Amino acid sequence: MIQQVENPILEVHDLTVSYDSKPVLWNVDLTIPEGALVGIMGPNGAGKSTLIKAIMGLLPLSSGYVKLFEQPLDTIRQRISYVPQKESVDWDFPTTVLDVVMMGRYGKLGLFKRPSKHDKEVALQCIEQVGMSDYIHRQISQLSGGQQQRAFLARALAQEADLYFMDEPFAGVDAATERAVISLLREMSTAGKTIIVVHHDLQSAQHYFDWVVLLNMHLVASGPTKDALTESLLEKTYGGKLTLLSEIGEQMRKTNLPKDIR
Amino acid sequence: MNDLLIIITASLVAASCGLLGVFLVLRKMAMVGDAISHAVLPGIVLAFLFSGSRDSISMVLGAGLLGVLTTLLIEFLHKKGRLQADASIGVTFTWLFALGVILISVFAGQVDLDQDCVLYGEIAYVPIDLWITDSGINMGPRVLYIAAINLLLVIIFIILGFKELKLTTFDPQFAGIVGISATTWNYLLMGMVSYTTVSSFEAVGAILVVALLVAPPATAYLLSKSLKNMLLLSLLFGLLTAILGYALAWQIEGSIAGAMATVAGVIFSFVFFVQWTKRIFAKSYSKKSLT
Repeated sequence: MIQQVENPILEVHDLTVSYDSKPVLWNVDLTIPEGALVGIMGPNGAGKSTLIKAIMGLLPLSSGYVKLFEQPLDTIRQRISYVPQKESVDWDFPTTVLDVVMMGRYGKLGLFKRPSKHDKEVALQCIEQVGMSDYIHRQISQLSGGQQQRAFLARALAQEADLYFMDEPFAGVDAATERAVISLLREMSTAGKTIIVVHHDLQSAQHYFDWVVLLNMHLVASGPTKDALTESLLEKTYGGKLTLLSEIGEQMRKTNLPKDIR
Repeated sequence: MNDLLIIITASLVAASCGLLGVFLVLRKMAMVGDAISHAVLPGIVLAFLFSGSRDSISMVLGAGLLGVLTTLLIEFLHKKGRLQADASIGVTFTWLFALGVILISVFAGQVDLDQDCVLYGEIAYVPIDLWITDSGINMGPRVLYIAAINLLLVIIFIILGFKELKLTTFDPQFAGIVGISATTWNYLLMGMVSYTTVSSFEAVGAILVVALLVAPPATAYLLSKSLKNMLLLSLLFGLLTAILGYALAWQIEGSIAGAMATVAGVIFSFVFFVQWTKRIFAKSYSKKSLT
């Protein structure tokens, strides 16, 4: 079940990504409609983070191409935003919440320019949106997991982008933060922003997202939640009764691949 | 007067190292400073052999090139060779330093250099190593100018690149997304570290350079809430190290570089101890207030 859309905001064509010449993502072909709240799901090691990092140009592609807003990445850098996994940075870094959120403005500033008053106003407003106004001058090492995630989210908001990539924003956060974050994401989606979220929890997925991408090294499904989040497709993604059969099928597909991308 | 000249020179070097060291410590690359300060030796010797003089510009170029090469090698071994970061550093700088030692011993007759001078420096000679212009005017100690220009360039570098340095240090991936190249800024920083190491080694020697690159920033790290704060504190601890270190050397009539490095360690231990006791007290206090 791979549904392609007209005028996609994101188009991934024939994407293969390898670590040390060992492919971790094969032949991913997908399109995402504008304004969707998308969940990328799959078991550990399925290549979910790899996919969004490759889309954003953080990893070299072995084959294929990515188009955002029907353009190559470098021309539309200002319109994309990223919330990395919390663990990807050192939270003992000597800096405050406001400082971290201000970093979201750096891309718009250009070399040697300093943030202006307007940049600070935007940052403060974004901090308010995630409910962190009481903590603007707090050192980031003194934040809880949920607060760290909110700070990262505020930084992404401060980028004022149109397309957001978020790597497990619900990992290790409290229930209150999870609710606050999902309602904020829905608001953004209603306002026409496209949000692509790497997500783990199958239970909540069907309530959170209106588009789902199922991934396990290959693309298993991509489509509206009600069509993509079905039992048989989940089994195909996560293994189960159909594991053996689908493995043979996948194996056949792999052997048919041309040599140069292996 | 001579005492003052030595203290000023040491302070300038300490300030340059303290400012750059902040970024090394935060990038968990403190030992890269150590590596660069040793690995520049073959660059210095080769620059000397080619140019035939000990003029600063060819030295800085030779050593600067080696410094960047060291960084490249460490990155290559770590990322492509999949060696641990610390092992990559250890392998790279020991063999480069050894290469420098061999070059010196082979060309001993032609090279007015020895590894002791590179390692320990001799700050006591600052006042007698004068810059005399062609027309014979005495401009004062040569090394003082070198150190002052160095500090000026370091300050300009940090002010102009402040937000880029901050972002690529805190979150290099995010920097990549917004179009600020972490690799470029890493090499710029390492280039500055190499240049600072070389321009300082004549005055204070490689070992003191390492101490000044790591100890004041590490001390500042224990106390800082923001990056600006940490830079200022590191500067302050650097200056304190230079002044108290000289006082200690004068007191015991011993090695100036040795005394300064010792003082840097003492200041760090003192701040560490104070912060540590504060934490212990805060913990027991909060326990008491809970019960």
